[in-house]
Amino acid sequence: MKSKFAIFALLTFVLLSWGLYQALVGAPTEATMGQVQRIFYYHVPNAWVMELCFPLNFLASIIYLVNRKAAIDAFAVATAEVGVVFCTVVLLTGPIWARPVWGIWWTWDARLTSTLVLWLIYVGYLMLRKLSTGGPNPVLAASFAIFGCIDAVFVFMAIRWFRTQHPKPVFAGGADSGIDPRMMHAFLINLLAFTCYGALLVWIRYSLERTRQKVDEAHAMKSLLHQEARSSR
Amino acid sequence: MKFLYAAFGITWAVHIVYLVILTRGFNKLRDDIKDLERE
Repeated sequence: MKSKFAIFALLTFVLLSWGLYQALVGAPTEATMGQVQRIFYYHVPNAWVMELCFPLNFLASIIYLVNRKAAIDAFAVATAEVGVVFCTVVLLTGPIWARPVWGIWWTWDARLTSTLVLWLIYVGYLMLRKLSTGGPNPVLAASFAIFGCIDAVFVFMAIRWFRTQHPKPVFAGGADSGIDPRMMHAFLINLLAFTCYGALLVWIRYSLERTRQKVDEAHAMKSLLHQEARSSR
Repeated sequence: MKFLYAAFGITWAVHIVYLVILTRGFNKLRDDIKDLERE
């Protein structure tokens, strides 16, 4: 298992390095926006991983509500937390890109606002898990996550359903969509690299949560044994 | 170029901070396990 992890981590590192090179050097400079358009190669793949994590969290939450398995709950926590990290990157890189291109850092359009709401929902989900202890906590969190995923779908569809300051879809967005093949090459490498990196983070966070669950179980068992020993005296 | 470098820098700053948080989580758990074994 450890060697598989090491190989995957190494592969991810190589892909991220190659992706960085392609984003900064390999891809051609865009005619209208200039160098700042290269933010695209980081902003969109991070948004993609975010949009993968939250539906996975939704699926894990539904499964957990049915079978109540601790491993599924650990997976739900891992995907939510990693999703929040990638969502944070999206919310920070977006305004940095917007400032030189739109002339403003932020606007309350459907895509930007729903992304901020998505971030707040999942930060709330993580706080609920962190701050409350006791039996029904994972069940409450799982129910909360179902509402979060509805917003994740809204974030994805917002630029298709509404007129927004945020650009229309670059891919599969009609006749005017699409990019130069060299740009596509740089984009796909970064998409693959960040998807692998996201999977790696979920793997690490899942292992951490499973170990924590086992340590908590051991603590509970220890206090039970203490109680039994005291009552038998 | 400063916006481009700021965006790339912030991306990696967020990811590195998260990796540090994960590493600290593992270290804390390792200490907990050691305490449990000692008891």
